Amino acid sequence: MTTTAPQTPAVFPAWFAARQHDAWERYLATPAPKRGDETWRFSNLKQLNFEGFTRGAGVSPTADLVARSTGLEKTAAKFVFINEELVHSETNLPQGVICLPLAVALVSHSDLVAAHFMKQETRLGSAKFAAWHEASVSNGLFVHTGDHIEVEGTIEVHHWISGANTVIFPHTLVVTGKSSKVRVIDIFRSEDDISPGLAIAFNDLSAGQYSQLDYVAVQALNEVTRIIQINETSTARDASAKGFILNTGASWARNECLSRLEGPGSRSDMLSVSVPAREQEYDQRTFQHHVSEGAYSDLLYKNSLYDNSKTIFSGLIFVDKNAHHTDAYQTCRNLLMSDTCEANSMPGLEINADQVKCSHGSTSSQIHDEEIFYLQARGIDPVSARQLIARGFSVEVVERLNDVATEEFVLSFIDDKFAHIDTGGA
Amino acid sequence: MSLHIQDLQATLEDGTEILKGVTLEIPKGEVHAIMGPNGSGKSTLSKVIAGHEGYVVTGGSVTIDGEDIEEMSIDERSRAGIFLAFQYPAEVPGVSNANFIRAALQARLPKGEEIDAVAYYKNLYAKMDLLEMDRKFTARAVNEGFSGGEKKRNEILQMMMLEPQYCILDETDSGLDIDALKIVAKGVNAMRSPDRGMLLITHYQRLLDYIKPDHVHVMAEGRIVRSGGPELAHELEKHGYDFLKEAAMA
Repeated sequence: MTTTAPQTPAVFPAWFAARQHDAWERYLATPAPKRGDETWRFSNLKQLNFEGFTRGAGVSPTADLVARSTGLEKTAAKFVFINEELVHSETNLPQGVICLPLAVALVSHSDLVAAHFMKQETRLGSAKFAAWHEASVSNGLFVHTGDHIEVEGTIEVHHWISGANTVIFPHTLVVTGKSSKVRVIDIFRSEDDISPGLAIAFNDLSAGQYSQLDYVAVQALNEVTRIIQINETSTARDASAKGFILNTGASWARNECLSRLEGPGSRSDMLSVSVPAREQEYDQRTFQHHVSEGAYSDLLYKNSLYDNSKTIFSGLIFVDKNAHHTDAYQTCRNLLMSDTCEANSMPGLEINADQVKCSHGSTSSQIHDEEIFYLQARGIDPVSARQLIARGFSVEVVERLNDVATEEFVLSFIDDKFAHIDTGGA
Repeated sequence: MSLHIQDLQATLEDGTEILKGVTLEIPKGEVHAIMGPNGSGKSTLSKVIAGHEGYVVTGGSVTIDGEDIEEMSIDERSRAGIFLAFQYPAEVPGVSNANFIRAALQARLPKGEEIDAVAYYKNLYAKMDLLEMDRKFTARAVNEGFSGGEKKRNEILQMMMLEPQYCILDETDSGLDIDALKIVAKGVNAMRSPDRGMLLITHYQRLLDYIKPDHVHVMAEGRIVRSGGPELAHELEKHGYDFLKEAAMA
């Protein structure tokens, strides 16, 4: 692991420098995950050797990567970062929305950032890496919508890793005001297919009263790159937050998603689609924390596993003692597309309140021969038939984004992944 | 030009004999019906023709228009013109009906050639109107949450869209009320053509009140035990299958 303290740029406010200093101390003092840690059960701890990764030294010619930063046809704003450095931005946002690179917002809206930046305790295993992120982060995106502002369209953020052995610390902080609405999509990609990279990413989502906050992360890094992505969401009274994670890339990805339902009547949808193939490993840990009464959370994670890939899902619904009338659901489904893939699921539930409706479940299954027979009997070859079924399996989650353009964009990454699976799982 | 089944013998993978030498020829332009009691091998015959891998063909042959299909995969048989309307159609979650049928049509086109979406939907809607299917069926996942009748109608819709040369309808009447049966029969009758052969597999005569067959065959214990005209179906209705078994033993 790295042992050189990152330097906080002098232009950043004192509180931030102090936070980074403390975080670095915490990073050094926190032991690395070890075998036997419940939060790393089934994990491949060898993936946590991050020796030799350094911050990207300068940015290589950018025109190509900006051109490759294709996304939605229409966006409310678009940002392109290469190794955390902003290289392109365009915005068409209504007044009352602050949407700035974090490096800028830290200076121009210091108090606002301070009020929301990394407020929750990282409790799903990656406290050390969250501290590393906090000590190191220098950029990302800050979005703050004023009250009663609905942002039409999506704020699209591209995060590129360029150069071999580069580590990035992208941060996305989204705060919605009362009765406002916004959708942000992060896209993580590598400049080429051969350069190993590392991303320690963090996204903070704070949904204000009656607001709607949708967040999508598309992880399509190259297959020699690793990523730890920590998502922390909080919902105020009657707020609705939706978080969606797509994993198609990286050699190893660890997602930790925590939703804290703080306000009565609030809602959190936690969604994920993963399509690992070859030797890819995706390790996902979730926490649905019902603090307030009458809140609703629904988690649906779906994995289609090909070749020798591996997934781990560990989820906990935790209902505090005063969180009566909670509705909480958690489902993880694995579609096993080969005989050598491995899906591990550990659903969990802890209820301390009365009158709650909770369910959790996990299933692993293969495509039934009769399903394949049916599709083949319509003239569809077996490889295409399997992919059609696997795509359909993922579509059920993607459709919950409830925005056709975003759904199509996400599906384009899934289709691209299918196109790069040689066996088709047949 | 016919679907020709010659002395077809097939077993389950464990060796249990199901088809014990079925011979049947369905020329283009004709509608044949196979009736028979449960367990007689009717459904197995349809699956073996379609190429189901759960059965082992141990003898005989199936040819379409003179070409032996034994070496063809399931999908190749379909693209060669065989269509099986399933008794129990599979559900395909997350795949819309419109995309499914489109994928099936696309599979019939040369590589690089794309379906004309406008013409496709025009055709699809016309067929759906004939089958009195609500437009919302295009967006619904294939057969998921469909009632029995909706599934059967969906099978006929696929058949109409794919325009096969030989149609095999396996117990298409099961699970249908009279109104649904009439609609399904309307779709099937609309498909009757001098360029198409049809094989209806049914347990009951009532389907044949709506789709008049040219020939009726009776299957029992893995063989065709009797063939005749449409009147044979009425005879069966009147006397039941026991009558036939006795006749076969006599």
